[in-house]
This record gives sequence, structure tokens and C-alpha cells, in this order.
Amino acid sequence: MDFLSIINSAASEILSPTTAAFALATIGLNIHFGYSGLLNFGQAGFMAIGAYAFAIFTMMVDPTATLGWPVWLSFIAAVLVAVVAAVIFALILGIPTLRLRGDYLAIVTIAAAEIIRFSVRTQDLTAITGGSQGLRGADYKGDFDAMNPLTGTTYGFGPWTATAYDTWVRIVAWSLVIVALVLVWLLMRSPWGRVIKGIREDEDAVRSLGKNVYGYKMQALVLGGVLGAVAGVMFVLPRAVQPDNFATTMTFYIWTALLLGGAATVFGPLLGSILFWVLLSFTGGVINLLHGMGVFGDMSGSQAGQIRFVLIGIALMVLVIFRPQGILGNKKELSFNV
Amino acid sequence: MKTSSRPQRRGLRRVIAVALAVMGMVAGGATAVAAAPLPQTEQASPYNFNGIIRDGQTPVEGVEITVTGNGVDETVATGADGRWMIGVPSTGTYTVSIDTSTLPEGLTLRDPSFESREFEVGGSTAVGVLFPFGPSTGGSPGADPGTGSSGSPGSGEAPAPGDGETPGGTSDTGASSNDFGSQLLARVISGLSFGLLLALAAIGITLIFGTTGVNNFAHGELLTFGGIVFYVTTTLVNWPAWIAVVVTLIASAALGWAHDWAIFKPLRRRRVGLVQVLIVTIGLSIALRYFYQFLIGGGTYGLSVERGDVLQIGPVLMRTSGVVSSAIAIVVLVAVGLFLTRTRIGKATRAVSDNAGLASASGIDVDRVIRIVWVLAGLLTGGAGILYTYFIGANIKWDVGFTILLLLFAAVTLGGLGSAFGALVGAIIIGLVTEISTLFIAPDLRYAIALLVLILVLLFRPQGILGRRERIG
Repeated sequence: MDFLSIINSAASEILSPTTAAFALATIGLNIHFGYSGLLNFGQAGFMAIGAYAFAIFTMMVDPTATLGWPVWLSFIAAVLVAVVAAVIFALILGIPTLRLRGDYLAIVTIAAAEIIRFSVRTQDLTAITGGSQGLRGADYKGDFDAMNPLTGTTYGFGPWTATAYDTWVRIVAWSLVIVALVLVWLLMRSPWGRVIKGIREDEDAVRSLGKNVYGYKMQALVLGGVLGAVAGVMFVLPRAVQPDNFATTMTFYIWTALLLGGAATVFGPLLGSILFWVLLSFTGGVINLLHGMGVFGDMSGSQAGQIRFVLIGIALMVLVIFRPQGILGNKKELSFNV
Repeated sequence: MKTSSRPQRRGLRRVIAVALAVMGMVAGGATAVAAAPLPQTEQASPYNFNGIIRDGQTPVEGVEITVTGNGVDETVATGADGRWMIGVPSTGTYTVSIDTSTLPEGLTLRDPSFESREFEVGGSTAVGVLFPFGPSTGGSPGADPGTGSSGSPGSGEAPAPGDGETPGGTSDTGASSNDFGSQLLARVISGLSFGLLLALAAIGITLIFGTTGVNNFAHGELLTFGGIVFYVTTTLVNWPAWIAVVVTLIASAALGWAHDWAIFKPLRRRRVGLVQVLIVTIGLSIALRYFYQFLIGGGTYGLSVERGDVLQIGPVLMRTSGVVSSAIAIVVLVAVGLFLTRTRIGKATRAVSDNAGLASASGIDVDRVIRIVWVLAGLLTGGAGILYTYFIGANIKWDVGFTILLLLFAAVTLGGLGSAFGALVGAIIIGLVTEISTLFIAPDLRYAIALLVLILVLLFRPQGILGRRERIG
């Protein structure tokens, strides 16, 4: 692996569907943490809910085959199922915790996300969720593939070449990212957004103005969670559903991306997600190169590759201490006091 | 803020230097251990038996295993990595036997009756079969065939009833008979010992939270650190167990001190917000965890420590190691309780937990108390790391602490954040809930049940069992 191919694979991450899915989840988290000040450490749980609800609905109900629905309707129905599941999950999470202090919400959301992961990977539900093996991509991609208007073999150029199916995933995923960005931009300059930001700054002040703080927080939690669920759907379209993809680590990476780009900004989550994946791919390539040169002795390549996750951890620490507002953010817009 | 950033930068460099120095001693021996390959995920048959034949650390190649029953009669030899797997088409009872003549010279089964055993294939798709070898070889029975598939604690194997080994489970405690009463008693005892270990680690979290307000998400890594140093000293460099324990405890206390010196004290100086510190601990957790994996690899490694015989107490089977670790945990917990209530420093610690400003005004050196709390937390959690690796079957994995981190938080929150005695109560409840729930639901869901209990308690009594109302905001 030479240096040029490292650059190439890092550049290809800019447009990859995974980056798009990640950006959607980060935009959702931005609504939670950046704008509303909610410490949601369970964004991976929302993604898992979305991914599993979408895949299981498509496989079990399969409206295209059983009800004769057109493929686009089945797909949208499956996405709606994912959204509804995320709304229910957000309500269950929010009712007990949104009245408590912020770090309780952190512990409850992280616990709830893990409950989701343990539940979908348990052997008792193997018939539905596939257990620890997860679900095969081919079992739920049919509708989405059938909607694909692209007929060629490959599209794009340079590092951004992809098969027709991958290109189709990219178009849809990135369109959703743009829609989400516009939505956040419009919402946050609306009266609703001002109340949300007010709650972040001073909950009691907003309450004294007669606003239902609890209700607003719940709306923000639901909205960000729905974006997380849609992100989960986009995340599994190019791959299979694997329960351990939705572990706590995923949530932490989303946080890293958000803090890198800048919380409480419209484009911060997008920039952060792109940079996160590009840098991850780049450092992975460099470590691989060094490993090939024998820098790590007789250590296996995958073991040496762990260094890049060490770097993520250090980067997160340094970032939050020295530049908590990230690249695009404004320090005054941050809520770091519970 | 800007002016104080220079000393902070130095502080951060110190973090890395200390981390590297402390781990440096781990690195030498550990790098040679290659990551164990993941078990096969594609299975032709719906059910299978599998396992690893190992003599201590070395996989043994060419050992023949036979599975018979329900029309199956299949023999395989272990591969170069010591692994074997035999698929079977349906549920039912099968006999799994090992051809002892294919074992290398000097390697004998610890229990000769294990040469041929019957297993039931039921709810789970994969059954891990262990063949522990005799003490004459010093080999450890820590082969854990259920791991490798993921970073999650429950790896999908139902415990084979009555054989004294529970692959993928947390403990070796089992019932000698199958009636519900003795099963329940066995789970209760197992839950109590698990809870005691959790308490040992959770008290560190709660003391740190009480004195500094920090939710330390890197606490699991303190536990893993204890386990890893113990693994390196006993297994890779073959020191006697007592020296290994002493070295581990010193190293863990030093790591706790280094946490405060290099990271948390500078952060207090900078008056960094608590949520920022919380995210710093998350970063620290990621960095340390993957650093451990970088050092020892991604597999599960057996420790070459003697785990003692299986004892039968009434209807309950327990390993000596389980009894010993529970006893040690009780002694240490009593000592911590006496320390907190009887000594000056202990009283000062509780005073700082109550109200740091008032404690400071009445002449208590808050920084010193916090440093002592960090050292104590490192020591207790490192000790818990030794006992926990011992308890789960004398093996170590890079993320062992992280997998139980949420259980620790559940214990602490249940008992009431900031209350040391609450943490003890919470940990015992969590231990009991996880173990007893396995009687009713799949064992791989037992951590989920514990977390569900956490959420339900927050719903009805947010301050926790022993907590006070004003903490919840």
C-alpha cells in the first residue's frame, strides 16, 4: 500500500454512505446536545432501533410480496416504521429522565442503548433479529435496490467510484443529510429553536416565561432520535445489520465527530463526520504502511491498527479541553454545565 | 482561560508520558501474543459443539474430539490454533468425548470423567465444551470457547448443567442438582459474590463522584488494568502469585494517582465544566481500552493461576477461587467502611463529599483528600480487576472492565450517587439481579435486566436507595 492509495481511500470516505449515515446521526445528536443541552449517550441505540425496525419490517411483513405494494411504498413504509419505533423509544427514555439532572439522562440513555443491543443479539430472538449474527443485507435490500433508477455498472470518478447500488445509496443518504441540515437551519431560527436554545442556557428562565420546558425537551429528544433512526437505516443499507455495530463505542464516535465539527452549529456535524472518517481512514492507512515497514515488530496488522482508536480517544480529550466549541463553533453557544 | 493553557499542555504531555511509562512494562512480553482469530461465523449446521484445546497458553493441535448421538458420529482433530467445531443437525442429547491418546505427553484431564460427557443441545445454537487439564501440567482451564464473537459479555452459550463449567458465564458456581431450589440458591450465592466484586469497583466511582462530581467513564479501564498487570506478572513473566498481587496493587494505586496528577487536577485548576470532564473520561476510556488491545491483542487469554477445586457446599457447587475472592472482597469492604467512618482522612473524605467548600473552609486540604480518593479508587478497582479476572474463569480480555462499566454505574446510581454504602447495596442488588435472572431468561440478557432495573429505580426513586433528594436537581 503506497501513500497515494492511502490518500485515495481517505478521500473516498468523504462521500461514502457510512459518512452520510454518520452525519445524520451527528445532526440528531446536535439537536440533543448542541441546541437543547441534553446529554444523550444513547444515539447508537436510536440507530439500532431504526436499523432493526426497518430491516425486520421489510423481512417479516414484506408488503411488496404479500400486499402487492409498489417497492417505493414498501420502502417508505419501512422507514416510517423505523421512525415510529424511534419516537416510542424517545418517549420511553424521556418520560422518566428529562425532569432529572443532565448526567442522569446520560446514564439512562447509555443504559437504554445497551439494553437494545443486548435484546437484539440475544439467542432467544434469533428467529427475528438474527441473534449475535445479525441480519443479512440481501434479506432487506430488495425494495431499495428495485427502486434504483441507475442501470450502469459504475459511477463517479477517481476515489469516488461506486457501483450502481452504492451510488444509489449515496444519492439518497446525502439527500437526506441536506434535508436534515436545512431542517435544522430553519428550526433553529424559528421561535421553537429560540425556546430550545433558551432551555439550554437557562431552564428556569424559560420556565418563568411560561414555557413547558419538559415538553420542549421531549420534542427535541424525539426529533434528534428520529434523525438517529433514519441514520441507522442509511447505515445498514450498504452492509448487513450487525448488533455490535451499535455498541456504546459508536455513540462515542458520534460525540467525537460532533465536538470536532462544532456543536450548536448547522454545518459542524457534517464537517465533523467527514473529518472523522477521513482521518480514521488516513491514520489506518499510515499505520498499515508503518506496519508493513516492520515498525511494530511481529505484531499483527489488526493489533497495530488499534493505535488509531487510541488517537481518537486522545483527540476527544484534547478537543474537549482546549477547543470545546470545535472547528466551527462559538464558545458562548455551548452548554457544558449541568 | 487562555493564560492557563500552557501548564495544561504540559499536563497533557505528562498524561501520555505516564501512561506510556506505566504500560511500558506490560509491552515487552505482551506483544508476542497474537490476536486470536475469530471463531467461524458461517455454520453449515444449525447447532454445533466447539472449543479450544489448550495446554496453558499453547494451543494443542491434532487432538481428536468425537460427537455421537442422534445419528451423528463425527470426529475432528483440532487445528493449529487448538480450535475444533462439530456441527449437529438437531436438538437432543449428544456425547462429546476426547481421545486422550492423541493428547501430548504429560497432558491429562483434570477429571477423568470428562473424557466422555453428555451435553444437551437446546435453546442455544453453539455449545462450548471445555476440557480442563490436570494441575500436573500447570495448565489453566481458562479456555473460553464462547468469546471472540464480539465485545459483549454474554456470548450466547447456555451453561451446560451440572458440569461445573459455564462457558461465557460470569462464574463457576453451579448447582449439583437440577431442582429449582438448589438452582436458585446457586444463583443467589453466585450473585452475591459477583455483587461483592462489583461493590469493590463501584466504591471507587462513587467516592470520585462524591468528592469531585466527576462521572468517571474510564473506571472500567482501571479494572482492566489490574487484570492485565496480574496477567502479565503471573502468566507472561511467571512470578509467584503473591508478588504478582503486590505488583498489581501498587501499579493500580499508581495509575489512580496518575489519573489525578496528570488529568483531573489540571482540569480542576482550569475549572473545566463537569460535562466536559465527563467527555474527557470517555476519551480516556477509548484511548486506554484500545491501548490495552494494542498491547495484548484482541483475544481472550487464560491466566496460569490455580483456581482450586470445585467444592460442594450443600446443594451448591463452587470453586475455591470464588469463595476466596468473595471473602477477600468482604474483608476489603469492611476495611473501607472502617476507613471512611473511623479515620481522620476517611471522615475528611465524607466531609468533602458533603460540601467541598465547607470542608475547605474548616481546614481540610480538599486537593489532598481528592488525591487520596483517586489512589484508593485505583487500588480498590485494580484489586477488583484481579478478583474479577479470577472470578470469571481466570481469563483476561482487553475490554473486560468496559463490559461491566454500566453495571458499576447501575450499582452506584441504584444506591444513590455519591454514597459509598449505597454503592455496596446497589452492587449486591445488581449482582443478584444479573445472576437470578438467568433462571428465567437467556443468560445473554442478564446485563440488560440489570440496566432495566436501573431505569425503573430512576423512575420511582431517582435519588437511589440511600441517596438524598437534593442531589438529583
